[in-house]
Amino acid sequence: MRTDMPRARRLLLPALAWLAVSCVPLGVWAAEESAEGAGKPGADWQSWRAGTDVSDRASLQRGARNFASYCLGCHSLKYERWSRLGDDLAIPGDLLQKDLMPPGDKTTEYITTSMPSKDAEVWFGKTPPDLSLMARARGRDYLYQFLMTFYVDPTRQTGANNLRLPTTSMPDVLSEVGGLKKAVFRDAAKGGDASQGQVFDHFEPLAAGRLSTAEYEAFVRDTVNFLDYVSEPTQTARRALGVWVVLFLLVFTWLAWLVKREYWKDVH
Amino acid sequence: MALRTASGAPARLPEAAPAKRGLWAWLNKRMPIEEFVSTQLTGYYAPKNFNIWYFFGSLALVVLVLQLVTGIFLTMFYKPGELTSFDSVEFIMREVHWGWLIRYLHSTGASAFFIVVYLHMFRALLYGSYRAPRELLWLMGMLVYLALMAEAFMGYVLPWGNMSFWGAQVIVNLFGTIPGIGPGLVEWIRGDYGIADATLNRFFALHVAAVPLALLLLVALHLVALRQTGSNNPDGIEIKEKTGADGKPLDGIPFHPYYTVKDVVGIGVFFVLFALVVFFVPTFGGLFLESPNFEIANPLSTPEHIAPVWYFTPYYAILRAVPDQRMGALLMGISVVSFLFLPWLDRSPVKSMRYRGWISRTALTLFVISFVALGYLGLQPAEGRYVVLARIFAVIYFAYFWLMPFYTRIDPVKPVPERVTYHAH
Repeated sequence: MRTDMPRARRLLLPALAWLAVSCVPLGVWAAEESAEGAGKPGADWQSWRAGTDVSDRASLQRGARNFASYCLGCHSLKYERWSRLGDDLAIPGDLLQKDLMPPGDKTTEYITTSMPSKDAEVWFGKTPPDLSLMARARGRDYLYQFLMTFYVDPTRQTGANNLRLPTTSMPDVLSEVGGLKKAVFRDAAKGGDASQGQVFDHFEPLAAGRLSTAEYEAFVRDTVNFLDYVSEPTQTARRALGVWVVLFLLVFTWLAWLVKREYWKDVH
Repeated sequence: MALRTASGAPARLPEAAPAKRGLWAWLNKRMPIEEFVSTQLTGYYAPKNFNIWYFFGSLALVVLVLQLVTGIFLTMFYKPGELTSFDSVEFIMREVHWGWLIRYLHSTGASAFFIVVYLHMFRALLYGSYRAPRELLWLMGMLVYLALMAEAFMGYVLPWGNMSFWGAQVIVNLFGTIPGIGPGLVEWIRGDYGIADATLNRFFALHVAAVPLALLLLVALHLVALRQTGSNNPDGIEIKEKTGADGKPLDGIPFHPYYTVKDVVGIGVFFVLFALVVFFVPTFGGLFLESPNFEIANPLSTPEHIAPVWYFTPYYAILRAVPDQRMGALLMGISVVSFLFLPWLDRSPVKSMRYRGWISRTALTLFVISFVALGYLGLQPAEGRYVVLARIFAVIYFAYFWLMPFYTRIDPVKPVPERVTYHAH
């Protein structure tokens, strides 16, 4: 009888080992080609990470300021109320109304742009999207890369283009802050696919903005962090509560196990 | 006057029920509460050698209740409709008190349901729980699984995200491959020429009323069949065949208190893991809640890769592995219903994998690998080597089922012991 338990295990272990071993070569085979090395400014833009911290309240407050100053002219946050924003980010009511809210808006109202969507469609070709959920839909890194890779492109109606979202309808509204840059392209990789035409090589600065490069990066980070908060306003509370729930469940499970052990002493 | 049964023997009166007074006696005179407890819990004998694989049945029941309760609260604020669904879900997430928690419990619960059910099914494959006399128990369970797939699919459409929309488009269109009636059938299911308001509202009706009722009924039947045959166990031995002088199985123990206290431990462990997901990674890296679903359904904008939620991807990979769409849909259907035939495909003289030979063990291992691999491939774009791999694993998947009558017969099995293997802790 005693030999039967190891026998059962003998079945489980090879099964798991098989699973692990067989996945390695398949994974390698199926893996995509790794990215090329970098070094030139902006060449590694696809690996840029937002690296934001949604529990950093000061960053969120700065992000809210950036949003109100540079985004709200065209974009709404239609699922977030001003009052919620004020409560969550600890912004006093008078400051909220004086510095962030458009004149005439009530704090109980949702954060909406005053730009009529019909006009926007004529001006930009499409209505600028609502940004309430953009951080969840596209990810923080996407937003960061998008805001960091605008470049001058005279062939576009807005005069600007973007690496993350090529042919974007959005003008480079942050150029006043972050400066203008030119994108230098090179012919598609030698021996590569010629039909690809040109690929991005690096950025060259054209005109400096109000902020230095490092300051501008922080500016974009705060803005992305704010959008991350708006995409799920409860996320900080969720994690904080989760710690207690898990601790409670661990204690409960331990007690339940003690009860089980006591009962099962009778079973032989 | 002595009571007699039809055969003339003196009738056995219920053993319990010493004359009691008060409310409890009053109740039991009118409802068989004590009798139910004694036949279903304290007097129901289960094998004493259950291992970790035997937690998942009770866990499935717990998740079912969780889904029903959270679902009821969600319907209080959810508003089905093209123009209202998406907004009402965000309203629940942001403005309803504890709405975010209820919604995450429900969305995580859907994935947890499938994890638990897949492990429950794997247990049956491992120890031959589908074998005689438990064929109907297995079939009821499989019907529960099919109902669960329908329930999950329609629930997935309700938030009206962009992947909800396009997923529904792809899945519903599969019915269009049925020769003759296909196109008309698709229109009938959708209630419109495309996935639209009518589709969303009928899916809501089916998701909150029709399918849950069917699920409850099927789960009840599954449990009735279980009580009739008794549980299988890791040794695949019928404990009813070895009874003591009192007529109780020698290797059985009363379900209550032994397995109720044990299952509570399993439920505790489960909820620890469950809470870790709900509170710390509710989207589970885009597997439980996909990022395209944070954008509202848009018939003009197709997501980059359309893929169903992870629990359907093994079948989806089989669908896409076949070049011909009609053939793919057919094979996909067969891949799901193949499970139904297991009790009759398996010809091994023993039930449990513990006493089976290397052929059965290899077959099950390969099947699990191919199921997981197909699940992964179903999430990848259907191109190049992914399709080649999906074809290889699909062949293994089907071989597990349809070669079973042959390989289980030549499998070198070991002698099965008289009594179950159990070591007291």
